[in-house]
Amino acid sequence: MKATETEIKINNLNVFHGNHHTLKNINIEIPKQKITVILGSSGCGKTTLLKCLNRLTDLYSNIKVNGEIIINGEDILHSKEDITNIRRKMGLLSQMPYPLPMNIYNNIAYGLKISGRKKKKYLNKRVEYYLKQINLWEEVKDRLKDPASSLSLGQQQRLCLARGLTVDPNIILADEPTSALDPVSSNAIEELFLNLKQHYTTVLVTHTLRQAKRIADYVVFMYLGEIIEQGPADEFFNNPKMEKTKSYLRGTSN
Amino acid sequence: MMTKKTEENIFKVLMVLSTSIIICGFLLIMGSVLIKGLPTLSIEMLTEVPQGGYYFGKGGGILNAIVGSLYLSLGATFLAFIVALPVSLFMNVYLINKNKLLNVIRYLLDLLWGVPSIVYGAFGFIIMVYFGLRTSLLAGIITVALFVIPIMIRAMDEVFKTVPRGLIEVAFSLGSTKSETAFKVFFKQVIPSVVTAVLLSFGRAIGDAASILFTTGYTDSIPTSLLEPTATLPLAVFFQLSSPIPEVQNRAYASALVLILIILIISLLARIISNKNNLKKFNIKNAVNKRFIYYKNIRNNYNLSYKKRRKSQQ
Repeated sequence: MKATETEIKINNLNVFHGNHHTLKNINIEIPKQKITVILGSSGCGKTTLLKCLNRLTDLYSNIKVNGEIIINGEDILHSKEDITNIRRKMGLLSQMPYPLPMNIYNNIAYGLKISGRKKKKYLNKRVEYYLKQINLWEEVKDRLKDPASSLSLGQQQRLCLARGLTVDPNIILADEPTSALDPVSSNAIEELFLNLKQHYTTVLVTHTLRQAKRIADYVVFMYLGEIIEQGPADEFFNNPKMEKTKSYLRGTSN
Repeated sequence: MMTKKTEENIFKVLMVLSTSIIICGFLLIMGSVLIKGLPTLSIEMLTEVPQGGYYFGKGGGILNAIVGSLYLSLGATFLAFIVALPVSLFMNVYLINKNKLLNVIRYLLDLLWGVPSIVYGAFGFIIMVYFGLRTSLLAGIITVALFVIPIMIRAMDEVFKTVPRGLIEVAFSLGSTKSETAFKVFFKQVIPSVVTAVLLSFGRAIGDAASILFTTGYTDSIPTSLLEPTATLPLAVFFQLSSPIPEVQNRAYASALVLILIILIISLLARIISNKNNLKKFNIKNAVNKRFIYYKNIRNNYNLSYKKRRKSQQ
C-alpha cells in the first residue's frame, strides 16, 4: 500500500445534518489511479461522503462539514480557490443518468465549451474521442443530434461518464452508478472503470458486495456513519479483521 | 360496513355536485356572453375604431381596445418576464441551500399574488403622480407588470422546483458556474413549462381591469406612442355595459366575447407549446441537421478513401 501515491486524504471528517451526526471521524487515504470502493448498507453515509469530496454539500441547507479533505496538497473544504475549478478536477457519475437537456453531441461538448474551447473542429474530434472511449461511438455516430434522453438508460449512463471525462478530471466519483441498470449495462460500466483505472483515480460507492469484489483495489467499509474497516481488496475480502465486516461479508455472500 | 359505504356515497355526490357547478358556471357565462354578444359581433366591430356617437349606438368598432389590450398585456408580460426569469432562477440555483430564506421569499410572493389588482392600480397612480406622468400605455404596462411579476415568479418557481437535484449536481460537478447552470441547463430543461407560466401571466394581464383604470386611461384612437393613453378590452366592457342603451350593452358582451376568445387562443397555444411531443413535430431544424450529417458522412467517407488511395499510390 505504501508504494502507491495518495490522491485524496481525508482527515477527521465530520458531517452533521441538523442535529444528526451523519459521518463520524472519517479518515481515509485514497490511492492514486486505483479503484477505491466505499461499501456499506443504505443510509450509512456513503453518498454524503462522496458529495463532500467535490463539495456538492454546498447545495444543501442544514448541513455542516468539519475536517479536512486534501487533494494536491490543498484542503478543498477551506480553499480560497474557486469551487468550480475544484469540481472540474472530478467527474461525477450519479445513481440515475441525468443527461443534460441537449442533444448527444452537446452533452459531451458542454464541458469543453464551458471551459472555453469552442472551435468546431476541435470539438468534433474530442466528442468522437470521448464517445469512443466509452464504446458508444458506433451506437450513436449517426444520431448525434438526437436528444440525449432518447438513448437507453445504460447508454445514457455511459454518456454521463464520458461527459464527466471531458473536463479532464483526475478523479472519477461514482455514486452507485449501476444500481438503475440491467446486468449487461452494469457490466459495460464496470469494464469501463477497469479500463479507465490507469488514467483516473476512481471512488465508487456501492452496496453490492459482488461488484466491489469484481473491481475494487481498495475497500472502505462503512456502517452507520463510521468506518469499520479499510484496506486493500485482497486483505479485506480474504482476511477481515473486524467482527462487523465478517458478518457483513458472510451475510451477503451466500 | 354500512357507514363506510354511506360515507363513500356522500363524498361521491359532493364531488359530482361541485364538478357540475363548475361546468354549469362556465356554460352559463359562455352562453350569456354568446347569446348577447354574438349577434352584435361584426367585422366592422373588429376592424374599426369608434366613430362619433359610437357610445350612443352609432357606427364603429372596438379595434382601439383590442389593439390597446394586446399592446398593454404583451408589453407587461415581456417586462414581467425580464424580471421574473432571473428572480426565479436566482431562487432555485443561487439560494438552493438557503431553505429558510426561500420560504420567506415564497411567502412574500404569495402575499403579493393575493393583493387585489386595484391596490396595484392605486400604487401605480402614486408613482405616476410622483413622476408627473399622465395616464398612458407606459404607466399601464408598468403597473400591470408589477401586478403580474409575483404570479410569474411563483409559476416559474414551481416549474424549476421540478428539476431533479441530480441534474443540478451534474451541472455543477462539470465545473459550470451558477449562471451557466441556471441558463444552459436549468432553463433549457423546462422551457415548455416556462412558456405555460408566461402565458398564464399573459391571461391575467389581459383580463385585469382594476389596475389599469387609473393608469392607462381610455381613448378612441389606437396609441402611437408609449406616452399616449390607450383603450383596453376590460374597460371597453365596463364603459359600454354602464350605458343605458341596450344596443351598446350588447356591444359590451361582444367585447367580452372577443376578450374570452383572445384568452382561449392564448391558452390553446400554451397547451400546444408546452406539450413536448408537439414541439418535436415542428422541429424542422432537427430534420435539416440530420440531412446535413448524412451528407457530411458521405463526404468524410469519400475523403478517407481518397486519402487511403493516395497513400497506397505513394
